[in-house]
Amino acid sequence: MNLDDLLPNLGEWLRGTGADSDVVVSTRIRLARNLADTPFTTRASLAQKAEIESRVRDAVRKSTLSGDLEYISVQEMVPLDRQFLVERQLISRELANALEGPRGVAFDAKESVSVMVNEEDHLRIQVMRSGLALDEAWEQIDSVDNALEARLAFAFHDRFGYLTACPTNVGTGMRASVMLHLPALGITKQIEKVFRALQKINLVVRGLYGEGTRASGDLYQISNQVTLGKAETRLLGEIREVITMILTYERQARQALIKERRQDEQNRAARAIGTLSSATMITAEETMELLSAVRLGIHLHLLENLPPTTINQLFIHTQAAHLQKLTGKHLAPEDRNAERAKYLRNRLRDLGTSTK
Amino acid sequence: MKPCQYCGQPATIHLTDILNKTKTESHICEACARKKKIIPETGATVQLNVQALVQLILGQHREPTTDDPEKLSCPECGMKFVEFRAAGRLGCPRDYDAFAVPLGQLLEKIHRSTEHRGKMPLGRAASVVLDGLRRELNSAVAAEEYERAAELRDRIRQKEAAG
Repeated sequence: MNLDDLLPNLGEWLRGTGADSDVVVSTRIRLARNLADTPFTTRASLAQKAEIESRVRDAVRKSTLSGDLEYISVQEMVPLDRQFLVERQLISRELANALEGPRGVAFDAKESVSVMVNEEDHLRIQVMRSGLALDEAWEQIDSVDNALEARLAFAFHDRFGYLTACPTNVGTGMRASVMLHLPALGITKQIEKVFRALQKINLVVRGLYGEGTRASGDLYQISNQVTLGKAETRLLGEIREVITMILTYERQARQALIKERRQDEQNRAARAIGTLSSATMITAEETMELLSAVRLGIHLHLLENLPPTTINQLFIHTQAAHLQKLTGKHLAPEDRNAERAKYLRNRLRDLGTSTK
Repeated sequence: MKPCQYCGQPATIHLTDILNKTKTESHICEACARKKKIIPETGATVQLNVQALVQLILGQHREPTTDDPEKLSCPECGMKFVEFRAAGRLGCPRDYDAFAVPLGQLLEKIHRSTEHRGKMPLGRAASVVLDGLRRELNSAVAAEEYERAAELRDRIRQKEAAG
């Protein structure tokens, strides 16, 4: 597989469509699975990891998924390609950089399904959907899991359920995450209040790239903490309930903004476009913040001629690995800011954006 | 003299269980009987622990799990419980049995539950039913409801034979 072929595509999670896509960027569900009678990845020898890798590859090849999923080794991949897959959310940072030995990922052309091999657990199956789509994502991941299970004996305990390397994942092995864009709750300073309420009901809030990452660009991931003692559909129901509530709050806050301070918001969006289309140097962080303001401007109908999908494309294309692939050259961190600004200037000029 | 069914040493304790016209015999030496907590580990007077005895007869005897968690280690991967506590990651699927007691307490804290609900591997449903019966049996034994225990044991045997 030539990874560069993915470059023009947005991938499932950035399609910008689906239910409630004014607030919900994407829905992701992952299942942690381990092969029975084999040490967990952290305690497996290199030979055992190679064995795990070949068993999973074999299972994928012989299963009903074979037409869709293609396996690539992360171990044999150059760092730029690893980072590229991290930015596309097809693999974790840990699989890319922290872990050692045989490991890899199988994913489909739509970048909707991915199966990481030899991450913290032997298998991390993931399904991504644009917008709020917990049921669809569950249905799909359930069938991927079944297809793999037909060929692999997973470690399962009658009392504890699916066994995982970390007890925080045991039971269903399921983590469902919904990525939300919550700029209005940020502007109106209600976001902390919302998150304190979430922690009380055992839901976790994290930044864009998972555990320990800072929320930037007003993007937040909300996911379940509990994996044991409740069935998958119940866990999903609990998340859906909370997401629905946050959606209402964010939309109310947006309505309040447009009613009470329309001019300020128009100014904010116009300045964001202005900076993005004229800066000669810009960091990834600042790009994210400005794109967040532009995205809000689009949803408040303050900007014309700019579909949300374009924002998603600018967002992914200005990340370090994508930028280097697009320009076709290795860029030292200090050179990236100039290249990023150049890319944004060119793209926004082509689009001819204007404010109302 | 019959050998002990655990270690092969001459057995000094002989049990005969007749249920539904089938006879089962158990032969145990004193050392193993102490180890299995059928008789007290110390003390000169040999007093039978009825509960442990019944568990043995019913073929449900499990290793005592009240040991100090600090000393637990997994027979499969060699992981020690203290190592797990330091690293936060388990060594292999068997650890969940080896560390069942302290892990159960931890899981209760993390998930407020220790019992899986939800999806299970295809064809696993029957074995879960069986496991539920075994747990019922254990609690019947603990509550000294021996008639009910015998009934449960028969149901388990039937299911095992069918399975």
